Amino acid sequence: MKFYFMHLMPYADLDLDYDKKYNSAWVTLPNSYYDPEKGHKLYNRYLDELELADRLGFDGVCVNEHHQNAYGLMPIPAVTAGALARRTKQAKIAVLGRALPLLNNPLVVAEEYAMLDNITGGRLIAGFVRGIGAEYHAWGANPANSHERFHEAHDLIVQAWTQPGPSVYEGKHYHFDYVNTWPRTYQQPHPPIWIPSQGSLETIEFAAAAHHRYTYLQTFSPITALARYMAMYKEVAERNGYTATEEQVGWSVPLYVAETDEIARREAEPHIDAFLNKFLRMPREMLLPPGYTSVRSMMGVMKAKSDIGGRQTIDDVAAKGMFIYGSPATVREKLEEYHKSIGFGHLLMLLQFGTLPAELTRKNIETFAAEVMPFFREARAREPARAVAR
Amino acid sequence: MAPRESFETVAGCRTHVWRAGDGASLLYLHGSNGASVWLPFMQTLSERFDVIVPEHPGYGLSDTPDWLDTVGDMAYFYLDFIDHFGLDRVHLVGGSLGGWIAAEMAVRDCSHVASLTLVGSAGIHMKGVRKGDMFMWSPEETARNLFHDQALAQKTLAVPMDEAAMLTMIKNRETTAKLAWQPRFYNPDLHKWLHRISVPTLLLWGAEDRLIPAAYGPAFKELIPGARLMTIEKCGHLPQVEKPDVFISTLVGFTEETAR
Repeated sequence: MKFYFMHLMPYADLDLDYDKKYNSAWVTLPNSYYDPEKGHKLYNRYLDELELADRLGFDGVCVNEHHQNAYGLMPIPAVTAGALARRTKQAKIAVLGRALPLLNNPLVVAEEYAMLDNITGGRLIAGFVRGIGAEYHAWGANPANSHERFHEAHDLIVQAWTQPGPSVYEGKHYHFDYVNTWPRTYQQPHPPIWIPSQGSLETIEFAAAAHHRYTYLQTFSPITALARYMAMYKEVAERNGYTATEEQVGWSVPLYVAETDEIARREAEPHIDAFLNKFLRMPREMLLPPGYTSVRSMMGVMKAKSDIGGRQTIDDVAAKGMFIYGSPATVREKLEEYHKSIGFGHLLMLLQFGTLPAELTRKNIETFAAEVMPFFREARAREPARAVAR
Repeated sequence: MAPRESFETVAGCRTHVWRAGDGASLLYLHGSNGASVWLPFMQTLSERFDVIVPEHPGYGLSDTPDWLDTVGDMAYFYLDFIDHFGLDRVHLVGGSLGGWIAAEMAVRDCSHVASLTLVGSAGIHMKGVRKGDMFMWSPEETARNLFHDQALAQKTLAVPMDEAAMLTMIKNRETTAKLAWQPRFYNPDLHKWLHRISVPTLLLWGAEDRLIPAAYGPAFKELIPGARLMTIEKCGHLPQVEKPDVFISTLVGFTEETAR
């Protein structure tokens, strides 16, 4: 199992009473709530945290992409990744962006990823996503074309990386007569491609296709959903004639480790609460614009009705395995149990979430690196690589 | 008399069609909510007209054809539809998204059209006059914003939705997004060619329309030669539902005049 520190870079100084006037921290929350002086400090603090993870031996650091919101201040993740490229020395840098369907010219991603890959000497992990529904409101991109544009943009970028240029790309949404990206990627044939998702059969079939074998990342989901989708990946791979390895599946989850279970709970609670109930807050219409999901999944959401936007507590999410907290021993046990039963090769942890302040974030990163990571590193040294558990 | 229901294949698309009444043909093009229900105003119109109400490609019981990408595709489809049914001297009536489709048809070919009626029509954009963001509205907000009379909004919300209705709603919203998400409910080129409409045109608007504000009425009037505009007081986006009597008498009066 490899360990990554994933940052969302929330606007942690947000006035949490905003929800007395506005129904979401996304799209419609006025940006007058953002103070550049505070933002300047936050960006630099967050970059320091990711650099610390590099020095402490994390396998990777991850940045992401969301637009027009207080939840995550990385609308252009290449800026963050670029800042990290020279200051980090050994960690992989995973950009989990880029939201391809939002772009009028996806070649910009082929270019920025190739630059990052060259500067870091091949430490880039190339994430491709559709973005969440709110992005389609924020950017005016058409959610009903989202799947089509995602697939075309992906094909175009991979073509730019793998076919000698200039080549021609002829699609429905994109057409280019000169696909000839300079620089070429450092990693050959191209950087590893990761596909983060909330989980869908279509996405897994795409990631697990025999000619793709991309790493599928399950993001912020109940452990039961994680198990189901990991098993689904394995099944699809077998159907495609190969056996998936752990390297092909990952899990992203907020995590807090402290001296004891009690201290961990006490220190994390207000901040995970802000993450769940303030930063993630949005109405269903914003999260799921028409066409963004299949009719079938939309039906499921309509029938479930109340789930989205409902208040969640630390205990709700901990019970579902959507948040891990506790003493080093507790965290080790939980991770070992999940790893053994589900079998994922990449663990992406939000070690900062919501309003979690600098000193607690630092303690979280350091405690994890000192008291949890070595346990698995030693275990890994003893065991050969396993296939994904059934 | 209950409407006849049939499925007709036009341009490769199996299309659900309601039809009732005798007289001059009246083709009604529905808005983004679809036409899965035969409404009272359709019934009343069928006492005078041969009323034809298709569900658009991508809506309700009609198929979603691969070729459907834009309202322009929809306009060509309905020109084929008119040929398929052999309609002539048809009164073309469109509400909201349906108005946009009708306008796009009329700039292309008016040869079988007797008159054009646009009700709270989409299709053009006026700088600084924002349309309501129906994609951001909750079902409750949608009902409240579509009607001026809030008792009607309440009544709409009180109707329980079964699974079939839910599926239809999801399908209809997806097609509407495909056609109208960006640019939002208009074609940036349409305003340049509205002068091509060569048939008598009536513009009907609810004065309290919160989806496509009544200011769009005069804008259309200016662009379509000889168009007349009627704004209905105390009425929201759906005059045909909220003020059916005024809607019908105005429409009937207008078509009678054009027949002379």
